[in-house]
Amino acid sequence: MDKPKQIIDLRYLLKMGLLAGIIAGYTAVIGMITVFDNRQLIAGVLTLGQILLVAAPLGFGYFVAHKAKGDHSAGKIIGNGAIIGILASIPSMLIILIGANTGIRQMFVNISPDLIAILTFGQENIYVGMILLAVLMVVAGVLGSALRLVPDLYRRAIVMGLAWTLGVGLMSELIILIIRPLLGRGFIRIFFSNGSLKPFAALIIFFVAAGFYLLWQNKGDVVKDGYANLSKGQRTTVRRGGMGFGTIVLLLLPWILGTFLSEVIDNVGLYILMGLGLNIAVGLAGLLDLGYVTNFAVGAYITGILTSTGAFGTLEMSFWFVIPIAILSAMCTGFLFALPVLRMRGDYLAIATLGFGEIVRVLALSDWLAPIIGGPQGILDIPKPELFGFAFAKPEHLYYIILAACLLMLFVSLRLNNSRTGRKWMAVREDEDVAAAMGIDTTLSKLLAFTLSAASGGLAGAIFAAKLGTIFPQSFSLLVSINVLSIIIVGGMGSIPGIVLGALLLIGMPELLREFAEYRLLLYGALLIVVMLLRPEGLWPSAVRRRELHDAMDEGMDLGVPHSEVVSHGQTITNAPRMD
Amino acid sequence: MAQRLQRRLDGVSWVDLILAALRIIIIVLIVVGAFNTLTSGKYTASTWVSLTISGLAQGSIYALIALGYTLVYGILLMINFAHGEVFMAGAFTAVFFAEWFDNIGFLNSSPIPAIFILILIAAAVSTAVAVLLERIAYRPLRGAPRLVPLITAIGASFFLQYTFRGFYGSGFKSYPTVDALGGVIEVGGISIPVVQIFVFVSALVLMAGLYWLVEKSKMGKSMRAVSEDKEVAALMGINIDRVIVFTFAVGGALAGAAGVINGLYRPQGVNFFMGFIPGIKAFTAAVLGGIGSVPGAMLGGLFLGVIESIGPNLVLEGLGIDGANQLKDAIAFTMLVLILIFRPQGILGERLSEKKA
Repeated sequence: MDKPKQIIDLRYLLKMGLLAGIIAGYTAVIGMITVFDNRQLIAGVLTLGQILLVAAPLGFGYFVAHKAKGDHSAGKIIGNGAIIGILASIPSMLIILIGANTGIRQMFVNISPDLIAILTFGQENIYVGMILLAVLMVVAGVLGSALRLVPDLYRRAIVMGLAWTLGVGLMSELIILIIRPLLGRGFIRIFFSNGSLKPFAALIIFFVAAGFYLLWQNKGDVVKDGYANLSKGQRTTVRRGGMGFGTIVLLLLPWILGTFLSEVIDNVGLYILMGLGLNIAVGLAGLLDLGYVTNFAVGAYITGILTSTGAFGTLEMSFWFVIPIAILSAMCTGFLFALPVLRMRGDYLAIATLGFGEIVRVLALSDWLAPIIGGPQGILDIPKPELFGFAFAKPEHLYYIILAACLLMLFVSLRLNNSRTGRKWMAVREDEDVAAAMGIDTTLSKLLAFTLSAASGGLAGAIFAAKLGTIFPQSFSLLVSINVLSIIIVGGMGSIPGIVLGALLLIGMPELLREFAEYRLLLYGALLIVVMLLRPEGLWPSAVRRRELHDAMDEGMDLGVPHSEVVSHGQTITNAPRMD
Repeated sequence: MAQRLQRRLDGVSWVDLILAALRIIIIVLIVVGAFNTLTSGKYTASTWVSLTISGLAQGSIYALIALGYTLVYGILLMINFAHGEVFMAGAFTAVFFAEWFDNIGFLNSSPIPAIFILILIAAAVSTAVAVLLERIAYRPLRGAPRLVPLITAIGASFFLQYTFRGFYGSGFKSYPTVDALGGVIEVGGISIPVVQIFVFVSALVLMAGLYWLVEKSKMGKSMRAVSEDKEVAALMGINIDRVIVFTFAVGGALAGAAGVINGLYRPQGVNFFMGFIPGIKAFTAAVLGGIGSVPGAMLGGLFLGVIESIGPNLVLEGLGIDGANQLKDAIAFTMLVLILIFRPQGILGERLSEKKA
């Protein structure tokens, strides 16, 4: 697919520069820069807010230089970067002026004195601050373009070094939390201060990371050849050793991480469990279920009602007996909700399931059902699981239950992926009419998909109820369904490692970095859009999906017709994807 | 005869039987509930009329928003999940100006120009959001598998919600009360609040404007052509992109206007999340009337408004459910699900293909 080459003229630069400026300005106006400024990456030197501010001109400078490479001289490219920088500073300068001189804060609440201070670098005279800002953005634009000019190898090394430095700086608190019990406070104080990296430590990390990268590029082949030269038996030993090591780490993880991080990993694990479940419906069978939270809610409420020692508890059963009941109830709900939607098309299916989710939420909150399930007050006094007198009270203990559940679901998913049922689902997902023509009972397939995916939701709900000890209807909103959906989409539809990655990113990060938690849903929304625009198969896709989505989009977009028509004329009949 | 019956029954699957049973159960529930309420004599006829009128008022607001859904669906065959946020953008922005107008006394001294300006502001903001949405999120994905634009729309919906939260904060605002819209008018023994008449009339005016646009103007003809058959319309020399942008713009403008009108009718609860539920209800209305059909959206909106208004009292109380008004939202969602199951083409729509995923 040959796109015409982009002409880099003044108009294009104008467009790109102002776009960069609008993005920077947007992050300022919604208050993101102010909040991010609280996170120091390099103590006293660099905050996340400052990085966010210059990210746009830097990125656009690089991007434009990338487009121009080979056509323009080095000087011109750097000049382009400067132009982009200057243009990018205009919206922010406007914000400073308007913010300092008018009462716009009554409407745009985040154009606050704090923001102005950040944008003007704390200068008394805002005009001096504005000049500083413009200069900084020009420098960023120039650096971005200059980076593109550096020979590839060194450029990648620089990027690697920067990524590691900023990454470590970002996760400083987390790293300190992990290392302190192992290596002691003194060790920490050498490298970190105030919860962020000391400048010289940052430099060390930069050079070590960049250096390692260069070393690997130069000498890495030795290692790769060495590995290739090993006999089969030795290679199996290496692989087994690796898996063994991984298993040990997995089993000891909560004790390495400590209580706070175990709690985080527990939540990540619950979402992985739900993600694996929803993956069956969305990723394998192509049924966009926006009402997944109903399964979660049913599992949680059943657990609550059956185990609670409080007002709404009935039988005070043991957690372990309740689990199968919760799973079965969720499967029944899944089945019942699936029946009406069997005949519906994709978008209608999504909206209908969303409707179900909302109905369940409204009912859970209502006074009508309050006598049974507690209404807004919820169900209290749900006991922790107990085994032979040992109570799984701490997050570290619950980790093992969640791990077991995830492994179970993982096993089920893997077996389904490669089974006849799995292939039937993929056929239905691709083109229902053709699948029916091939003799697949689409009704049963879809019902099975919904029911099985519901099971894991129920399991997650049960564990959630026991973990929290109390459940409120507020926890069962559309947001849960959207969270799970985002994990699957961003990580990779139908791909199991993708789901793990997605959960770590989308659930883990906001828990660890409060700044991201503040803007969590904004980032989710933006991420969904960006992923769909650039890489719809997700970050870590399965090979089949990547082929399907990219081929389909290329074909479909050339014709400008919806995918379904393209598929029936082209792909499934002549070009059936390999099921691997 | 018996053979024909047998052949008819062979084509029916067990799923159909379950759905038929569901239909019957629902109809029975509605009839029983209504019967109970009406025979209990708890409400007078004038109460029902009042409820119907307020339902019509609320319904006309739903209709305005529903038009946005239906216009976009007619042209692009996609559900603009983020349209509720387009509504919110206009409503939330205009409320600041409404407050200002109230503070300087403009709102109450000359209510008509003031309200008109507010509507313009809201429409402008909503239009801008809708057009940006189309340009950034939907246009690049025009040929993509159906799942992709839907997910993008969901993402856009959240993005817009939290963008406006970032802009204007997470607090709740209210539209000021306009004195001219207070009070009631007596018609045949029933008191109708002036504001409801205002809502209904202004919505009617806007819908009439849209009708003129779609049926009589050149751009309207292009819109109808594009929704009929995109490729052939392009062959006829119509600039598809421009028509699509225009469609989004019109839908956005109507939603923005609806935002102000809604704010004057129900002043409370203006915040970044306010578009979600009206968005879903308006979508229900659009599907109810027949998605893709402009008169359908109008009818569907009014119908949904009336049902929502009468339903809790008529049916739910009769079935013995307490606190029925809490479940008003549930009625809309239930209607949505029921329509999608039993009559996805709505009242006025053509039969859509059920099969395509």
